[in-house]
Amino acid sequence: MSEEKDFLLYIEGLGVSFDGFKAVDGFNFYMDRNQVHVIIGPNGAGKTTVLDLICGKTKATSGSIKFKNKEMRGLKEHEIVRAGVGRKFQNPSIYENLTVFENLEISHPRGRGVWGCLVFQRTEDVSLKIRSVAADIGLLDRLETEAGVLSHGQKQWLEIGMLLMQEPELLMLDEPVAGMSVREREATAQLIRKISAQRSVIVIEHDMEFVKEIADRVTVMHLGKILAEGSMEHVQHDPAVIEVYIGH
Amino acid sequence: MTYKNLFKSKAETWSAAALALLVLVVLPLLLPIFRLNLFGKYLTFGFVGVGLVLLWGRCGILSLGQGVFFGLGGYCMAMFLKLEASDPISTKIQSTPGIPDFMDWNQLTSLPWFWVPFKSLPFTMIAVLTIPALVAFIIGWAMFRRRVGGVYFAIITQAIALIISLGIDGNQGLTGGRNGITDLRTLLGWDIRSTSAQYVLYYVSALLLFACILFGRYVVNTRMGRVLMAIRDREDRVRFSGYDVALYRSFIFALAALFAGLGGAMFVLQVGFMSPSLIGIVPSIEMVIFAAVGGRLSVIGAVYGTLIVNLGKTTFSEAFPEMWLFLMGGTFIAVVMFFPNGLAGLTEPGGFLSRQWQRWAPKSLLSVFRSEVEPPSEAASEESLLKGATEGVK
Ligand SMILES: Nc1ncnc2c1ncn2[C@@H]1O[C@H](COP(=O)(O)OP(=O)(O)OP(=O)(O)O)[C@@H](O)[C@H]1O
Ligand SMILES: [Mg+2]
Repeated sequence: MSEEKDFLLYIEGLGVSFDGFKAVDGFNFYMDRNQVHVIIGPNGAGKTTVLDLICGKTKATSGSIKFKNKEMRGLKEHEIVRAGVGRKFQNPSIYENLTVFENLEISHPRGRGVWGCLVFQRTEDVSLKIRSVAADIGLLDRLETEAGVLSHGQKQWLEIGMLLMQEPELLMLDEPVAGMSVREREATAQLIRKISAQRSVIVIEHDMEFVKEIADRVTVMHLGKILAEGSMEHVQHDPAVIEVYIGH
Repeated sequence: MTYKNLFKSKAETWSAAALALLVLVVLPLLLPIFRLNLFGKYLTFGFVGVGLVLLWGRCGILSLGQGVFFGLGGYCMAMFLKLEASDPISTKIQSTPGIPDFMDWNQLTSLPWFWVPFKSLPFTMIAVLTIPALVAFIIGWAMFRRRVGGVYFAIITQAIALIISLGIDGNQGLTGGRNGITDLRTLLGWDIRSTSAQYVLYYVSALLLFACILFGRYVVNTRMGRVLMAIRDREDRVRFSGYDVALYRSFIFALAALFAGLGGAMFVLQVGFMSPSLIGIVPSIEMVIFAAVGGRLSVIGAVYGTLIVNLGKTTFSEAFPEMWLFLMGGTFIAVVMFFPNGLAGLTEPGGFLSRQWQRWAPKSLLSVFRSEVEPPSEAASEESLLKGATEGVK
């Protein structure tokens, strides 16, 4: 592919090795706006590591990550977030001692600086924003609940809601429906389709039904490399992919 | 429902009022000036306690080197007072009049460069407020940016306390050495050893301490307080919400150091000397114990803890000096094991005292107080936990 096109995310030759073990190797990835791009692959394929590299949690050893034509490699985590990349972790990562409201509030982009934090006021626009996000994630009636007592599925949604508060242009979700009931999965699929109307979403997922439902594009990873890429229809019939999934 | 946290803890508001009454009215009326001055000294350790609550209790950073910042503030003040006490007339018998006596004993013939600005009171006051905070910020930034934390941070702060106290100890000509800086007499000609001065300084300390307590509570109750706790509990999430975690940690470390330095300066004014024995490992650990006993989550609790432990120290070490360290160590272990939130934790709704009260108070009495007693928060959250769990199953 050429650089002429204005990609939202443009990754080329990305790689990282842990003590000689190449967890991700020669990874190329191009993403348009308002797309849902799913990464699948067997356990240990390097999917989570790719997200770690994009969001700066792990430092890449080679390659380039351009977000809105700006190089992200070498930036600190919070700088990448401020550039517009949001990241959900594989295990729900929320503030258990705070209420749902406070969890969302702390994710509001205003008052991230030390000074801004000290003088932050809960103004009307903040409350409105929180309520609208809470409505999206189905937690409007739980705003005053302590987050620690939410069900597993609700915690996953809350974390997605915290990301939405940041108004990212790229959202990365690591196994968002793990441990969810069928009904919760459906709701999550709807949520992802809804939020992708205004931003791009990278999703890592194992559940093929779920993938089919949400994916515009699918990338299959195996042993740190890309095995196949294209529509779900396309990759499902790729012999190499069938080999990896059935051969296990 | 905005700022439901501001006066979340009624217990804390009441303890703050009680503390103000005790410190500002009861003690000055009851105690002879000698004892009151001793309490004034304890109050100065309270500054360190308030800082430790923010740093350790709220943000999860255990510093075993707060004595350093107490000492830095104290030495700044002591240098000014010492220079004032070393005017050429009172030091005319020295071979070099006009410099502090310990310099003269060490054959120094002129004032070292870093002492010179401390001839000015405004400079000294600015130094008290900025040097400890700045030093802490630099140390903090260097370490937190490299993700040094937890036990490693505690050990490094401990090492810094050791190095600095030994450094001061070993350079008598420049610092006064082991004896410290002594014979401090006047502040711009005002005799700080007079009874009236001691009353004034006691009140100044107390008011400054309340200012720190108020600011500490403000910090705890703003978004900053929630971010600090979030950093303590889920550092990664905070980072990926776009916060510069290292900067926040450095900031709160610097704020705690500022409080400690202010305490150190007030210590010097009230006690009349400063020495490395107040900076090293043992005093730094003692300060952590004060905060732990009082309650490391409560800025008021930490001040109570400081007063109580120090009172115990004075009482016991007068009677059985060699037993005191064991007793304090034992208290610390007991508190950490049985009352992790210290004295303040006992008085919280749902805490030890309110449970005992509900258990033992006569039923009739209880109904009178019913409207006053807040529902125990633990039980409440257990209930909703069950509810949440069953909903999850559904
Ligand atoms: N920090 C690290 N140090 C060493 N090895 C690592 C590190 N992070 C990941 N790995 C290794 O890299 C490989 C890829 O891991 P990764 O977590 O990215 O897989 P995954 O595709 O997300 O798998 P899963 O589906 O189980 O979540 C694994 O073999 C893992 O052990
Ligand atoms: Mg993974």
